Amino acid sequence: MNKFRFYIALWMAKLALFTMGILKYKGTNFPGQLAIKICPEFLRYIGKPERIIGITGTNGKTTVANMVIDSLREDGIYPLNNSYGSNIHTGIATALLKDTGFWGKSKKEMAILEIDERAMPLIMTYVKPEIMAVTNLFRDSMKRNAHTEYIAGILDKYIPDDAYMILNGDDIISSRLKPDNDRVYFGIESLPTDLDHSINLINDARICPECSHRLSYTNVRYHHIGRCYCSNCGFRSPEPDFLGETPDVDSKRITISHKGMKYEFPLNNGGIHNMYNTVCVATILYKIGYSLKEAANLMKNVSVVGSRFSSEKCGQVTVSNQMAKENNAVGSSRAFDYISSLPGDKELILMMNCLGDQEHWSENTCWLYDCDFELLNKDDIKHIIVTGPRGKDYHLRLLMAGVPEEKITWVEKEIDAPNKLSYTPAESIFIFFGTDSLVLGNKVMEKTKEIARKKGELQ
Amino acid sequence: MNIEVLFPEIANLYGELANIKFLVDGNKTYNVISSSLGREPAFVRKNPDFLYMGAMTEKSQELVINNLMPYRDKLWELIQNGTFILLTGNSGEVFLNEILDEDNNLSIEGLGLIKGMAKRRMMHRHNSLYLGKCNIDGVERTDIVAFKSQFTSTVYGEDYMPLFSTTRGFGRGLIDGSDEGIRLNNFMCTDLLGPLLILNPYFTKGLLSAMGEKNPNLPFFDVAIDVYERRLKEFNEPDRGFTY
Repeated sequence: MNKFRFYIALWMAKLALFTMGILKYKGTNFPGQLAIKICPEFLRYIGKPERIIGITGTNGKTTVANMVIDSLREDGIYPLNNSYGSNIHTGIATALLKDTGFWGKSKKEMAILEIDERAMPLIMTYVKPEIMAVTNLFRDSMKRNAHTEYIAGILDKYIPDDAYMILNGDDIISSRLKPDNDRVYFGIESLPTDLDHSINLINDARICPECSHRLSYTNVRYHHIGRCYCSNCGFRSPEPDFLGETPDVDSKRITISHKGMKYEFPLNNGGIHNMYNTVCVATILYKIGYSLKEAANLMKNVSVVGSRFSSEKCGQVTVSNQMAKENNAVGSSRAFDYISSLPGDKELILMMNCLGDQEHWSENTCWLYDCDFELLNKDDIKHIIVTGPRGKDYHLRLLMAGVPEEKITWVEKEIDAPNKLSYTPAESIFIFFGTDSLVLGNKVMEKTKEIARKKGELQ
Repeated sequence: MNIEVLFPEIANLYGELANIKFLVDGNKTYNVISSSLGREPAFVRKNPDFLYMGAMTEKSQELVINNLMPYRDKLWELIQNGTFILLTGNSGEVFLNEILDEDNNLSIEGLGLIKGMAKRRMMHRHNSLYLGKCNIDGVERTDIVAFKSQFTSTVYGEDYMPLFSTTRGFGRGLIDGSDEGIRLNNFMCTDLLGPLLILNPYFTKGLLSAMGEKNPNLPFFDVAIDVYERRLKEFNEPDRGFTY
């Protein structure tokens, strides 16, 4: 009976996929949704490639998955993937569906799947990765993900016991996942910017996971990312097997070493998180079967999709968008950190409002007090416009972060925010928004560019 | 004023420590003492004027219970002598008789200072808005706005005075419209997050007055009130959904 339902689900979903192809709809999960609606065990019966490489973690999983897929394409391998769909069970179902034949048998030998941490219970019961890479674990949406201990518990429970783990050795939370599984660690050697303590509000690894004594850090990059040890019981961060060394942001290169071999890899963007992404991708490629040298060659022409950060010179100013995930204190803190580290005067528009929440209830703003707004209290950040449904909440949070009142302007509607910018020649304007306000954010961005160009013509 | 914060290294989820920063930003003379795991809490030797603990993970709850158990009697003495104690998020659960992990059918023994049990279901997270009225002298009937985000629901074993009367949302036991939190002398315990003191400046001022502050000062009061009034208006909209 179940198999019969599966075939009905398969063919109906394939019909939906075909129809959507004709209508040029791309990137929706509808076929997978439909299939699972008809056959709740659809993921059990659908054919899967021999090799499945899963990529999960709080931040960087999309980038890492896309980089792995692009690298494989350089070698003429086109793996099954969900880069155009979502990373929850319906997205995985849609991805599997696309590459199966009439009877549901997979046509691909390999799958690269980006998997949402919280969706693991719905996916991993039926989809068993041979390799599982975890980029990192941070606090995310409190409504859905609660805290890192909760997500780590889910990953421990649902990642198969025989999956080979690729783990971030500089993340003491995710590096401890699936302790009995075979594993390899990646990491980055000491950096000149390292600190000996975390300056972020969020550090979810303050105490030793073995004895609860306060942890000491030798190298902190951000939050709990870095290398730590316990002076009480001797516990310490694992030694990375794949180590990123001497990153050069100017020439966009990083050396990755493994068992005495060293090769140069390209770095797509500045920012330590991109270094981790690169080392993680190299490690995945190695475990897939490439040598480090081959992995370096494959990654030569791989670039990161620019939707999270794009920049354009307009008139006498530079206008940039900066993706800052709403409801995500760490994501926004990382974005604040990156922008505040850039040279030159800046004006900002903060509009990371969760518009979906606002439509149905009201955004839970606890995350604002986990987020490092303090990083925006800098002399070269001249003006901050706060706007949208939570604009006043940002205003109060910025004041509590020490930002002078005279630097803050509240504007009720996001689309009016560009009118209040000063467009001072040579400055940079950054507009912060998340995926939930992507459409509106792009409109605000375009309006800002338009005004900047007009002002530039007059100056 | 001496403010003691219990276990800030782990009881720091959801921005809750900003509750204390908000108080201190308003009055730099306030002295904050952090009591850490593995050490004797400061309240054992000196009664604080205000004792605070914020939300934490489930494993952290067990650590806190273990760390506070030797000082259980002293904590009861503080409750009895009217020390102001505020527990927000799930921190109050450690004061109960028991936390029941329903997924694994495990019972975790709490401090047993408050009669009751928290039932925990890790795959059923409750998220909601909260609108209620305060039951503290001086600020009675003041509107309270906050959030709930939790895995647990609490059943109390005694008819404790509620901290808040619910106008809209879910109070004790996650029952629609039920009273929220408890108040026992000046011991206050609530699931509400926000951070509560920042989101509710009138309540916070009233609380400081109740603690004996003659002219309580809160930072950026006008902006905080503006934020509060806007949220209050939003939460009063009849069509506003309250559960996520």
